[in-house]
Amino acid sequence: MAGHSESHVHPVSLYTRTLWWLMALLVLTVAAGFIPNVPNWLGVVIALTIAVWKATIVIMNFMHVRFSGKLAWLFAGAGFFWLLIMLAFAFADYVSRPWEPFHGWPE
Amino acid sequence: MSVKELEKTATLEHAGDGQHHGDGILGEQFETLEQQNTSYLIGMWAFIVQEVLFFGAIFAAYAIYRFKYVTEFTLAHHELSVPFGTLNTFVLLFSSYTMARAVRAAMQNRHKKQAFYLFLTFLFAGVFMVNKYFEYSAKFEHHLFPGGDYDAHKVVKHAKEKGELRVVEENGREFYELGKTRDGQFTAFTKVTPEEFEQRTRLFFGFYFVMTGLHGLHVLIGMIIIGILIGRAWIDHLKNKPIADFMPVEMTGLYWHLVDIVWIFLFPLLYLIGR
Repeated sequence: MAGHSESHVHPVSLYTRTLWWLMALLVLTVAAGFIPNVPNWLGVVIALTIAVWKATIVIMNFMHVRFSGKLAWLFAGAGFFWLLIMLAFAFADYVSRPWEPFHGWPE
Repeated sequence: MSVKELEKTATLEHAGDGQHHGDGILGEQFETLEQQNTSYLIGMWAFIVQEVLFFGAIFAAYAIYRFKYVTEFTLAHHELSVPFGTLNTFVLLFSSYTMARAVRAAMQNRHKKQAFYLFLTFLFAGVFMVNKYFEYSAKFEHHLFPGGDYDAHKVVKHAKEKGELRVVEENGREFYELGKTRDGQFTAFTKVTPEEFEQRTRLFFGFYFVMTGLHGLHVLIGMIIIGILIGRAWIDHLKNKPIADFMPVEMTGLYWHLVDIVWIFLFPLLYLIGR
């Protein structure tokens, strides 16, 4: 059994490498926040891209999804897929209908 | 496997000296350790999925209101401290690393090392909470907590100094013009009443406190669980236990990384964008 659990142990370098990447991306995201005269939408896109990048390497390396079985992949993937469904439909609703109170709304 | 062999295995397992059911790690209901560990992991992932959706819904609400009141929210963004936020991100990322190392040590049954890395993780979480305490205190002091004594005067004052807000009067009523000053020229994006401005910046701080508060609650819960695990690892170390179940640490690790991921999104979306 001990031999079995040993097979799951990953080299320390995996974790140190991930940490350095995370730190570099942290510096990048803070620096990006201070670039002057960036349009608002672009700032959001940059911030979210770096955040997704950071989250992905945490999920893959720290949470060991990269080394996990298909069932773990399915569960992890399903979570983010459902999140996308929720966000997509919520935003679609808000951009396609007027906000209340809209013109002609009885006050 | 023949019936006889099966019986033999069963007897061994129930005798208490077997490699599997008897060692207190493998539960009665599982055939193998692999099956047990997979079940643990899938259960934990199911929990994480609901956490993702739980925080996701709040992020969605925040996104929708930021989209609607982007100018007001941007001015309110400026009241958050980037150095504090950056320090906390650094601390949480580092704690995720020490947590991963604790899981690694647990898998190798190195209990002392495991306790050490868990303790570091606990310490970083503590630093995070202390920072949060100072951040929250400053917000309370400046009346930026969206409670009874909320007052946007600090936001108004800072926005005026930066040339992003101008007070105008029309028909004896006061309005705020929100915009930008470039080369001494003020361009207004939107015009709001002071009441509207107060309500909308208050909404921003509502999101700030709900999102960081729920996240902070997760950090606190994590600290309690990590504290228990430190005790367990230390007892295993003192007892010189050859093999201990590493799954509690692995699952706490998954939870801790999730808390880290939530912060990875909270930090830029609250502190950085619109700066």
